[in-house]
Amino acid sequence: MPNPTSITSGIRRFKGPWNETTAAHLLRRTMFGVKRSDLAYFLKKSPKKAVRELVYASDPIPSAPINNYNDDKYTDPEIAAGDDWTMSLKYDGMNNGRRKNSFKSWWLGLMINQNRSLREKMLLFWHNHFVTETNTVDNALFCYKYNTLLREHALGNFRELVKAMTTEPAMLRYLNGYANSKKAPDENYGRELQELFTVGKGPGSHYTESDVKAAARVLTGYTVNYKTYTSSFDPNRHDEGDKQFSAFYGNTVIKGIKGKDAVAELDQMLDMIFAREEVSLFLCRKLYRFFVYHTIDDETEQQVIQPLAKLFRKKDYAIQPVLEELLCSRHFFDPANNGSMIKSPVDFTVGLCREFDVAFPDAAEYADLYGFWEQVRNQAAGLQQNIGDPPNVAGWQAYYQLPEYDKLWISSDTLPKRNVFSDRMINGGLGRNGKKVVIDPVAFAAGLPEPGDPDRLIADSVHALYSVELPMEELQFIKTNILLSGLVGMASDHYWTNAWKAYQRIGSSGSSEKVPLDPKHPMSALRANDPAVRFEPDDKTAKNTVTNKLKALYRHLMDMPEYQLM
Amino acid sequence: MKRRDFIRKTLPALTLPVVLPSLVHGMSFRAWAGSPLLGSAARGLGEGRVVVLIQLNGGNDGLNTVIPLGSYDAYHAARANIAIPENKILRLKGFDQTGLNPAMPEMQWLFEAGKLAIIQSVSYPQPNFSHFRATDIWLTGADAGQILSTGWAGRYLDERYPQFPRNYPNPDMPDPLAIQVGSLVSPALQGPGLTMGMAISNPNSFYDLINDKSEPVADSRSGDQLAYIREMAVKTDQYAGVIKAAAQKVTKQSDCYPAANKNPLADQLKIVARLVAGGLRTQFYLVSMGGFDTHARQVEPTDPTTGAHARLLAKLSEAINAFQDDLTLLGVGDRVMGMTFSEFGRRIQSNASGGTDHGAAAPVFVFGEKVQGGVIGQNPSWPDKLTVNDNIAMQYDFRSVYNTLLESWFLSDATTAETALLKKYPSLALIQQHA
Repeated sequence: MPNPTSITSGIRRFKGPWNETTAAHLLRRTMFGVKRSDLAYFLKKSPKKAVRELVYASDPIPSAPINNYNDDKYTDPEIAAGDDWTMSLKYDGMNNGRRKNSFKSWWLGLMINQNRSLREKMLLFWHNHFVTETNTVDNALFCYKYNTLLREHALGNFRELVKAMTTEPAMLRYLNGYANSKKAPDENYGRELQELFTVGKGPGSHYTESDVKAAARVLTGYTVNYKTYTSSFDPNRHDEGDKQFSAFYGNTVIKGIKGKDAVAELDQMLDMIFAREEVSLFLCRKLYRFFVYHTIDDETEQQVIQPLAKLFRKKDYAIQPVLEELLCSRHFFDPANNGSMIKSPVDFTVGLCREFDVAFPDAAEYADLYGFWEQVRNQAAGLQQNIGDPPNVAGWQAYYQLPEYDKLWISSDTLPKRNVFSDRMINGGLGRNGKKVVIDPVAFAAGLPEPGDPDRLIADSVHALYSVELPMEELQFIKTNILLSGLVGMASDHYWTNAWKAYQRIGSSGSSEKVPLDPKHPMSALRANDPAVRFEPDDKTAKNTVTNKLKALYRHLMDMPEYQLM
Repeated sequence: MKRRDFIRKTLPALTLPVVLPSLVHGMSFRAWAGSPLLGSAARGLGEGRVVVLIQLNGGNDGLNTVIPLGSYDAYHAARANIAIPENKILRLKGFDQTGLNPAMPEMQWLFEAGKLAIIQSVSYPQPNFSHFRATDIWLTGADAGQILSTGWAGRYLDERYPQFPRNYPNPDMPDPLAIQVGSLVSPALQGPGLTMGMAISNPNSFYDLINDKSEPVADSRSGDQLAYIREMAVKTDQYAGVIKAAAQKVTKQSDCYPAANKNPLADQLKIVARLVAGGLRTQFYLVSMGGFDTHARQVEPTDPTTGAHARLLAKLSEAINAFQDDLTLLGVGDRVMGMTFSEFGRRIQSNASGGTDHGAAAPVFVFGEKVQGGVIGQNPSWPDKLTVNDNIAMQYDFRSVYNTLLESWFLSDATTAETALLKKYPSLALIQQHA
């Protein structure tokens, strides 16, 4: 019997249909949540153009994090409130923790305010690939620089990214490269470079323990400077001997180089590593798991992974062509992939804020703005994805752990927490200094094509928020129990329609007016004298009715298991 | 003290423009209860008692449900095209001025057995004619001009079980405080922060739970993920275990229930009976049925005892009877008090399409082994020159019924009831005094 979860459509180009379902699938996987405005924008393009725009977007490097952290106990003597602190080279026990916090909140803010680009999602991918932990690196500037490096290379060249990351101060700190010297070799980075970053541990990877040792020797001599907060190469600490690699690397010998030129050994080693096909296969599998589905069966390995890896090699490890090929493929758009992933906590929390277009304070109120970003970040952390601090060097388990993969995001602890968060975002919202960050359910509904029609309102809301369909009886249940207060039958629909109209008129004229009965209703002529028709809701009542029902609608939709899928 | 004097003395608490219950129409009625004996001394006796609220969505036509036999001519004149023929109206033993729609023979039996009380003309001042707003008023216990964000039962439960859901479930209250069956959790159960209730929104999901079955999902990538999340949701639900355990203690239920999916209200009440008998200490169960918004053709023109409204009442009557029979069979009848309500009644005059438009006051049924059976209040009456806009005047505030359930059934103290209902309301003599 064929495996029902198997997909046979290959890497050939997707030709459509290009509609809300397929476009939203692309955006859910490449950005965080689907904003209605983004969906409308990309629907006007072809799938190919949409993918190219996301992959090749010219996305300027954002302005740096600022001092949001002056408080009762501390005022930064060097960096004024609201100013960029990444210019500072002075670190102490008072400012480092505050700046680390500022950095992480700023990053979360960049996710919420992302441009129409794949970059922020790829940044998360690379962060999970080249893990460093803010807590371990323990310097805000190193963490910011590491993050900026990832952002600059997120859609660049993988090989160059590996090279840059190898000598990045945060990574030298995190995997002890700074302590790796001729006298006291430290194999940590030399191992992870192969096991986690390049050739991996897949079936085609056969590097040996001696390769780990040889790589560590190549990497001796790099240090971190705590005055300039940069890394440098110290030839005196470098192992000048020859480095012999195993048969897996064609028994390559990297000749020891003396003096400053020894940095060329790293280039030679990367040439050697990137000559292994396994690098391209390993990375394409990881991209597939991140963007498409957790399991790679033989069919997918042959039809998707291998062609992608071949392209990756052909393009000399340029990342964009591979992503374009994957995201433009029939395989990616196969309907069987809709809802096939469980949202990561970042997808869940940031996505929620984005798809409901939740309003945050203006940049001028930066202390509150950072404060709210921090709250969202803490929510994601509570759901077991603390950006900047993955659990270990391998990244978050949900991205690699067989056989559960993304199911690991959902536990008896995190599922109720997810529901509590979405409930809170629609009930009271997040609060700070008397300000609120909360979903406006009425504004969201008003942005849908026909909010006055209860069937359309529910169907369009479901399409806007879910990656899967709901059965008809479920849609009916929602209509009857939420929008119509238990009223049944088609003839009851106008009660919602009239409530919506009553609300709209208040909104447009500032005062309530008599609401005429829907002329399509069979009873309209007879009920001219009906007090129900004469009834003129006061502003408060009309607003209250519509708001409460829409709150209940979206609370319910977000509490359903379907909302956890993407 | 003569009964009438007693009524007049106690009525001022009710500052509402109602016609005093009187004997003008020959109707019997009951005094306001307000018995001082049922105070805090009796607290604790109410433990284990249950209230079942049956919501009739759409606005039930009270006048064709509980029919004023004593003024049949006026009744017939107001709604000739839908009036139930006099000889078909079901008689109520001991109350010859009032009868029931012929679709409800079971309710007639229950009345005869003393297990049914009928409260006439229940409403509130300045009644609202919008389904949504009127429903909110009934569920939140608000005045006509008052918008409340909490429900009346939710406020009671918040008072009774402070700090919920923190530290719940616990040994003193291991069970859900309230359970909604058949729809989403009612606004009636909304507490100050969170809802105080839980929902078994689909009866099938209840049987899936107790039979360890899961809702079928598509055999696909997303279906596999969905099945996992649902499974986790059940595991996570702190009450799934107690509900399952309670249900499994009951292996036999009444034969009076119709087959599954024939009568949704009966399906819902069957679950309620099972959970009550299974030992849950849940105080409120809420169930509902829809379809009462009968603007057109509520009766068959050729036979007004049949048609849409009759079918609804027949289901209601069948479901309540089966439920009551089941509770007795399961030995828990003395713990349960049921109540029906609808967001409003319908107009006195029928319309030309053989239906009725949104109205005001309507009767409420209260049933149970410990109910003080009978008719409370008088038949509704109206002026001879009736217009299409005339409505049935209120005799009893719906919050008086709620107050009775809280004070005389749950035996909660007056302060708790007043906190829940936001004002003091007089109780009605709905519950047997020795109950």
